[in-house]
Amino acid sequence: MPPKRKNDAAIKVEDVGMEIDVASDSGSEDEARRRAKNRRAKPQRKSKPVSDHEEDEEDEAPRKRVRKKKAKPQESDEEDEEDNRSVKRKRPKASRKKAKEESEEESEEDRDKRKKRGTAVSKKEKEKQNKEKMGNVKGKQGKNMGGENDKKKKNVKLSSSSSSSSSSSDSDEESLSEGEIAALKEQVEEKKKLIATLRNKPWRMKRRLVLLKEAQGFVEEFEGALGKGKGRKLYAFKVMMAKKLIKFKRDFENFKTACIPWERKIKDVESHFGSSVASYFIFLRWMYGLNMVLFGFMFGLVVLPEILMGLPYGSIPRKTVPREEQDTAMDFSVLSDFGGFCQYSFLFYGYYNSDRMIGVLKFRLPLSYLLVGVGIFGYSLMVVIRTMARNSNEGGDGADEGEFTFSWKMFTSWDYLIGNPETADNKYASITTSFKESIVDEQENQKDENIHLRRFLRVLANFLITCTLGGSGYLIYFVVKRSQDFAKMEQDKLSWLEKNEVEFVMSLLGLVCPPLFETIAELEDYHPRIALKWQLGRIFALFLGNLYTFLFALFDEVNEKLETEKSIRNATIWALEQYYANYSSHFNTTDVPPPNVSPADVIRGPCWENAVGIGFVKLVVSDIQVSYLTILVGDFLRAVIVRFLNYCWCWDLEAGFPSYGEFDISGNVLGLVFNQGMIWMGAFYAPGLVGLNILRLLSSMYYQCWAVMCCNVPHERVFKASRSNNFYMGLLLLVLFLSLLPVVYAIMTLSPSFDCGPFSGQERMYDVVMETIEQDLPSFLSNIFSYATNPGLILPAVLLMLLALYYLNAVSKGYQQANMDLKRKMKMARDEEKNRRNNKDSTNQVMKDLEDLLPNKSLIPPPIKEEPAPPDVVIAKGSKSPKIKPGAAAKGVNLQKDVSLAAPNPRAPVTFAPGPRRGPPGNARGPHPGPGRGRGRGGPPRRHES
Amino acid sequence: MGNKQTTFTEEQLEAFQDCTFFTRKEIQRLHGRYRELAPHLVPLDYTNNPDIRVPLTLIVTMPELKENPFRDRIVETFSEDGHGNLSFNDFVDMFSALCETSPRELKTIYAFRIYDFNRDNFICKEDLKMTLNKLTKGELTPEEVSLVCDKSMEEADLDGDSKLSFSDFENMVSKAPDFLSNFHVRI
Repeated sequence: MPPKRKNDAAIKVEDVGMEIDVASDSGSEDEARRRAKNRRAKPQRKSKPVSDHEEDEEDEAPRKRVRKKKAKPQESDEEDEEDNRSVKRKRPKASRKKAKEESEEESEEDRDKRKKRGTAVSKKEKEKQNKEKMGNVKGKQGKNMGGENDKKKKNVKLSSSSSSSSSSSDSDEESLSEGEIAALKEQVEEKKKLIATLRNKPWRMKRRLVLLKEAQGFVEEFEGALGKGKGRKLYAFKVMMAKKLIKFKRDFENFKTACIPWERKIKDVESHFGSSVASYFIFLRWMYGLNMVLFGFMFGLVVLPEILMGLPYGSIPRKTVPREEQDTAMDFSVLSDFGGFCQYSFLFYGYYNSDRMIGVLKFRLPLSYLLVGVGIFGYSLMVVIRTMARNSNEGGDGADEGEFTFSWKMFTSWDYLIGNPETADNKYASITTSFKESIVDEQENQKDENIHLRRFLRVLANFLITCTLGGSGYLIYFVVKRSQDFAKMEQDKLSWLEKNEVEFVMSLLGLVCPPLFETIAELEDYHPRIALKWQLGRIFALFLGNLYTFLFALFDEVNEKLETEKSIRNATIWALEQYYANYSSHFNTTDVPPPNVSPADVIRGPCWENAVGIGFVKLVVSDIQVSYLTILVGDFLRAVIVRFLNYCWCWDLEAGFPSYGEFDISGNVLGLVFNQGMIWMGAFYAPGLVGLNILRLLSSMYYQCWAVMCCNVPHERVFKASRSNNFYMGLLLLVLFLSLLPVVYAIMTLSPSFDCGPFSGQERMYDVVMETIEQDLPSFLSNIFSYATNPGLILPAVLLMLLALYYLNAVSKGYQQANMDLKRKMKMARDEEKNRRNNKDSTNQVMKDLEDLLPNKSLIPPPIKEEPAPPDVVIAKGSKSPKIKPGAAAKGVNLQKDVSLAAPNPRAPVTFAPGPRRGPPGNARGPHPGPGRGRGRGGPPRRHES
Repeated sequence: MGNKQTTFTEEQLEAFQDCTFFTRKEIQRLHGRYRELAPHLVPLDYTNNPDIRVPLTLIVTMPELKENPFRDRIVETFSEDGHGNLSFNDFVDMFSALCETSPRELKTIYAFRIYDFNRDNFICKEDLKMTLNKLTKGELTPEEVSLVCDKSMEEADLDGDSKLSFSDFENMVSKAPDFLSNFHVRI
């Protein structure tokens, strides 16, 4: 850069700086108003702003070129003019607020004026023309300031365009007829829509901001004018409320996102391990949210009422530890098995009293208990299905696998979340491998050398796995049976292992079997993705089998307990009768007081619900212990050993055999899903389980985050996260359904214990509902219910549902067919259009937007065809930092401000690369200083030599 | 961010929220990140929309972009001047388009721009080669590269002009299962 220019420019800026600032400030407000006014008359204009801009630019170009010739002499005049104007406008540096107020005032005035439009039109028109001129002038000056020049340019463009069209439109505006109001309304709606969808538009932020401002101004201005006469106030009120509502919604949205926990933690994990590992943590978080709600239900509607309003501990037998257990009730070993005080606390079913109503609020606890128990399932089902539906919308619509193998790999395989060098390296490697695999596949299409051997191996593998599954099922059954025998023996004689055998064995199986399956699966030699599916399916089967065996064994136990309970019940009833008989014969009275026995001494039944609840809680706890221990030993200890023993070992531990652990996504997800299944099943018998689960998830979040960041390495083979979200959800749904079955079965068929729990004394649990319907609801409602439960009505209802199912199924098939047809048609149409188009002009909006996203044309040296421009044109446009080179900017504009502006927007097909590297051929007019250079940070990096 | 000085006016924040997928807090955080890149360039006070641009070389040092093979292209695509100098508006724009909530259509458009290395509005074989080389760090042999490029072209090019137009690209990407989950940057 020649140094003298700097001086020159500095002076210029000193001279001009202030005025420009002022002028532009007040001017832009002015313009905004004007624009808003004019916009009313051009509805179609708004719909295609892009093309308009272009036109404007083209319109403007010649005009400016003409003007440019006398740019220099005019300069001072213009300045004067500007100065005057700014004086008129109540002085420079009017802060924005002030200007805005002003503009608002004026817009009101405008509105008034509009009413008595007839006379004012001509005057107004003149005014407008004046303004237009100024606008242009200003535009030129605006360019002096390197800073805001772009924006202003746009403003000018807009204003000039609007004013050019305004003269024709003004006459239309004179009277606001019905039709016009309707049109106006439509436009306002359109604007609103634009505001709402602005974020989805692929435009530059600047343009978006400008458009937003415009649209908002427009809406603001005309919304009020829409209502008429009486309706106006109401309308204004409505508009105001709508605005408030929007604001509130946004604030609420902000609040909601602020409430989402662990955003940063997950981001850390994500950037280290890619989206697949993070998807597990997101799933964990989702689960936490779900469980929080369940916890809210359980504690808010069941546990708290019972604690606050129910009878206190020790008042009735079910809330008291029996005499023979009281000595050991506080022992740690007993408590850790959830015996002793735990067993008779609010954590378990048995604690709850069967009074129909409790407390001053007359809270119907038994009813609430049943409804919450069922409601938990209902809510979970709803949430899971809703999430699945939402996820399925997001996923790609799934072309046939293999249609786009290479292009998908090319364009969608990089995980943009990765921010860790190691992961990135792994990703590079895995992408390379997958490409190579695909190439090999493509080249030979998998010739099977010995298909018989492979088949045999696969059958063998499946046989082995089936055996393992059966074996594990039997083992569990055996263990549960044995534990029942143990339970009958004296507790003191049993070792810890014998007491916790069931949980221990189940956890052990869960730990050992998956790796075993993986080893067996080696035999099969499937493609990794298919292998993964098999593996998941097998682990799923294992867990499920174990869980159900456990359940069946439990049901055996329950039935046994029901038998003993019956005898105990008979015994108690008999004892009571004896007592009554004795009492009445002894004191010779019929008014017998109840037997005075301490609640701790009352004979009581085994309370099978508590036993089931304890079983589930123990299972969950041991699951937690095992999984945490696995992490601690399998990941942390291993990492420590590998890290520190590596200094004195004969081979490289880090790269060689033990190496660091990888995060086992599928295993963890399945673990979480099954844990949730146990919670669902157990929550009915142990309300405290939900709370326990909350703690588990919470600690697990922190613990696993720590573990994964501290001792795991990124995957070498990256587990496909594709649609895995819905995959997890599908698993969850299945587990939910499977855990729903036993609970509902128990509620419907087993009779509750006679002396514990909220349903004691009822024949069936759901009798609570019946009772409520009969006693508390108005009689006609209970009538309706009795009709509704009539088999004669249920049968037709079921039939109807089946029919509806059939119908909907048929309809959905029809839709699918139509969908396919449409897709095919679309494809055909696309082909046709392409053939027709000859790559000449792009017709659709998206293409235009796309082109608009090309680097700003005006920042690039003009093609050689144009009249040779002085070198500083580009500088003027390009240098964005007036701080550093204000001079160049100012001068450049003064000399030659229009060429670059006049360069048409790249609407025409772009056949040359606009980038700097190809530059204008023969552009010997000196360097092309990009903004980067302007800042003295070295030129723009040119990386993409093609 | 942390201190009391206002970075944005209420209006600006509202406008940004209207134009992007971010909440106000995220916008402020973005400004913090932006400022972090060039503390001496970027002022704390953005109420008067200063026209500051941070050059590409600084932007790509962000951990979110550092490891991305297409980082330069991303930044260039979102910069208004095409050289990768980002004003704060561009910066917000970039992360808004790449954030989780932005719709598939928008992402597709920007992805197309990013992969269109020579900016001719088509993804031609050269672009494919560049993409592939960036993805694999040049590990593939030239024969493999050209094979893969041919295959991709064959798959995605519907009209047989041996370059991918936007509609080709859109068609291909709209069916891809991984696109949405992979094409996002969390800020």
